[in-house]
Amino acid sequence: MIRVQNLVKTFGEFTAVNDISFEVREGEIFAFLGPNGAGKTTTIKMLTTLLKPASGEIELDGLNPVVQSNEARKRFGIVFQDPSLDGELTAYENMELHGVLYHVPRKIRNERIERLLKLFELWDRRNTRVKEFSGGMKRRLEIARGLLHTPKILFLDEPTLGLDPQSRNQLWTHVKHLNETERVTVFLTTHYMDEADRVAHRIAIIDHGKIVAQGSPAELKEQTSTESLEEAFLALTGSTIRDEKAGSIDQMRQMAKMWRR
Amino acid sequence: MGAVYILWLRELKRYVRSRVQILASLGQPLLYLLVLGFGLGPVFQQSGNGSYLQFIAPGVIGMTVLFTSIFSGIGLLWDRQFGFLKETLVAPVPRTTIMIGRTLGGATVAMLQGTLVLAVCLIAGFRPVSLASIPLAFLFMALTAVVFAGLGTAIGSALQDMQGFQLVMNFLVMPIFFLSGALFPLTNLPKVLGAVTKLDPLSYGVDGLRSALLGVSHYGVAVDILVLCVTATIFMALGGYMFSKIQL
Ligand SMILES: Nc1ncnc2c1ncn2[C@@H]1O[C@H](COP(=O)(O)OP(=O)(O)OP(=O)(O)O)[C@@H](O)[C@H]1O
Ligand SMILES: [Mg+2]
Repeated sequence: MIRVQNLVKTFGEFTAVNDISFEVREGEIFAFLGPNGAGKTTTIKMLTTLLKPASGEIELDGLNPVVQSNEARKRFGIVFQDPSLDGELTAYENMELHGVLYHVPRKIRNERIERLLKLFELWDRRNTRVKEFSGGMKRRLEIARGLLHTPKILFLDEPTLGLDPQSRNQLWTHVKHLNETERVTVFLTTHYMDEADRVAHRIAIIDHGKIVAQGSPAELKEQTSTESLEEAFLALTGSTIRDEKAGSIDQMRQMAKMWRR
Repeated sequence: MGAVYILWLRELKRYVRSRVQILASLGQPLLYLLVLGFGLGPVFQQSGNGSYLQFIAPGVIGMTVLFTSIFSGIGLLWDRQFGFLKETLVAPVPRTTIMIGRTLGGATVAMLQGTLVLAVCLIAGFRPVSLASIPLAFLFMALTAVVFAGLGTAIGSALQDMQGFQLVMNFLVMPIFFLSGALFPLTNLPKVLGAVTKLDPLSYGVDGLRSALLGVSHYGVAVDILVLCVTATIFMALGGYMFSKIQL
């Protein structure tokens, strides 16, 4: 479903994604894990037509997103790592706008918006402007929006960032359900190893723009002779914090993490 | 079609909901209208040009349309900053469609703001020669709005952040305003100034507004419409091209 070969992305002198290759099969839940600044979001941006690769090849459901951007866009849905809502619009209006852009027929659109907003407990606040939402509410809305149309491939870039355990549980249950019933291929990133362990069929670990390991959660643990995915992850990527290159969002997240401790 | 509509509607909703901003953006036109209109009025009258308030009102309307539509295009930078732009850029809709929706939305907002200023002018004592020509004035507002919303989108797509904004403001938007004949008659100008005003699309917008509201025209209505249509097409195409090249 997704094929990436020798993909490279540079920003000036800096190589964010350094010659990576991997494949995601149809109907698979694929987790793309790595420390901060490893190149996960950059890779997703290239896969979703937001960035042009410096070199290398991408195939998305048989299409080349660089050339056939619009056709490729019909194949996937995405929940971004960074905020992407219109704060001046209400929750309902944000959903509706998405539904129209993704050609979801009005009747189905209204039904699904209601179902999803209820699922993520936002229905009562549907007519509130998003700028008045809490961080977690915004995140839930972005997820609900990402699930409004049923794409062939769903990209989830740290979808559970800032979510409470209840909402995280809702999300993964829903994603697994979509994957099983609609055969939606899922490409996700997360920093919660237990989540990856629980939902992913296969995992690729990226560090400093290079893929350092690939396999099922069990295989990765076996390779590194560790008990948990978290230990396997640390064994593969080392335990130093990657903040030299961290952007402002990363810094904010690190602050948030420190506060939570 | 649905995509154009929903993005157009989004711009309108954002406008209507920003009441404070609407009021704030009336300040500048009011200043020009009252201070220049009444302050320079006597001098203007003595030189045999009639009422300066009458003369400047269409110019102030043109200015409002110019500023509002350019800013709406540059508003793209805010959408980039707050992240909403991504949402529209990955949607399965051609980039051109997205661009047309949001740019026409911005143009409509500029027209609404222009209409508001027209109302303010009427309150301040401005009197159009005939009511029958009001629709023509709206046509000129619309054309001017599309011209500069297209240009604004082109600029907004090219800039990465707000840093370039001041540059654009001082070296593009202000000159477009001052060189348009919004504040002075286009007759008997020094050669260079006269030539430059001819290159300024806003000259034709303001001239069109004057011919509609006052019945006097420098270039003639047909020329005004033609130039504005051609410029609108060029700037919309440029905006569409620049927009399609955005990377995040
Ligand atoms: N537009 C850009 N300009 C310059 N450098 C960038 C840009 N976008 C990303 N980078 C750099 O590329 C590297 C990879 O960033 P990316 O966002 O892909 O990391 P990530 O794996 O998603 O990390 P995180 O877990 O923090 O989200 C980082 O060092 C980042 O600073
Ligand atoms: Mg990231």
